Amino acid sequence: MALELHPLEQFVIKPIVPLHIGKLDISFTNSALLMTIAVLLATVVIVIGTRREELVPGRVQSLGELAYEFIGNMIDETVGTDGQRYFPFVFTLFMFILFGNMLGLIPYGYTFTGQIIVTFALAAVVFVGVTLIGIWRHGWHFLSFFVPHGVPVVLLVLLVPIELLSYLIRPFTLSIRLFANMLAGHTMLAIFGGFAASIGILGLLPLGLDVLIFFLELLVAVLQAYVFTILTCLYLNDAINLH
Amino acid sequence: MDEREARASLKDLGERLAKARGGLPPKLAPRGAPPTQDALAFGLRIGLELVVAVVVSVAIGWAIDRWLGTKPAAMVVMFFLGIAAGMWNVYRAITGMGMKVGPRGGKAGAAGDDEDED
Repeated sequence: MALELHPLEQFVIKPIVPLHIGKLDISFTNSALLMTIAVLLATVVIVIGTRREELVPGRVQSLGELAYEFIGNMIDETVGTDGQRYFPFVFTLFMFILFGNMLGLIPYGYTFTGQIIVTFALAAVVFVGVTLIGIWRHGWHFLSFFVPHGVPVVLLVLLVPIELLSYLIRPFTLSIRLFANMLAGHTMLAIFGGFAASIGILGLLPLGLDVLIFFLELLVAVLQAYVFTILTCLYLNDAINLH
Repeated sequence: MDEREARASLKDLGERLAKARGGLPPKLAPRGAPPTQDALAFGLRIGLELVVAVVVSVAIGWAIDRWLGTKPAAMVVMFFLGIAAGMWNVYRAITGMGMKVGPRGGKAGAAGDDEDED
């Protein structure tokens, strides 16, 4: 019996509208399509949710309010009220990742958060932005962030590079965490799906497993959006409340 | 409504909200590791932290070597520094410092709490 499994095929980027400027390939791809849908959907939820501000919220309004308060509280908790000025960015980031993760779970969809370049771009924006905010608010005093307190000068020679390094590693762990979780989950779904399709009546077992994994993936989708956002908040906190 | 009036009415609202909640604190996730994050996710995070630290450090070392032509020297130094940085991040993740990265750890949001009052 030939098992034909292509669990990674789902991550292939396919151009929908080919566009080329010179040697530059800027085709509108399935990944870009899903990103557009994610942005539109998130916008629609918020716009419709806030159109009629009813005292007893309907489904969409309550969804919007839930997300809004969730992020608002998160910023209050981790950064303090001072961080609310960065609410729009953090909220946008959360909604984009959440919708991306969720849309990826729809069969025949595409998971753009399963692409390392997408998550790394997001993490890089967070990293550069947070560093700039830190420098903007504290000037060169921001560099004291890399100097631990109460440490002999001799040890500083060793500790400052380590601190600097652990700071530089942030965008990598941030992006790989989201990317790896999405990639692993969807690959697992595809493998068990492939089993179910190819081994006849016995396939009911992997099919059942797939259903369970799907629910796990729903949890992971929300959890990873949350983890990405709360880490962004914590990094923001480092930059804003330096000491 | 001027600023003071607005603040007074907000304060009043806050008091009434606290009363309506029956003294219960608002439901907020505890700081640090998210409550729903299971052991597996946490374990993966720790492993990732270690591996990525070493990989990124060695890559930086390789780039420095290429730039300065000091073939293995920077790479070797950065390898050990990477292990140290990874361990340091893991230590920070598993001790009470929660998910905070940075030399000071803990007390996240403490400054914000102070500012809430006035």
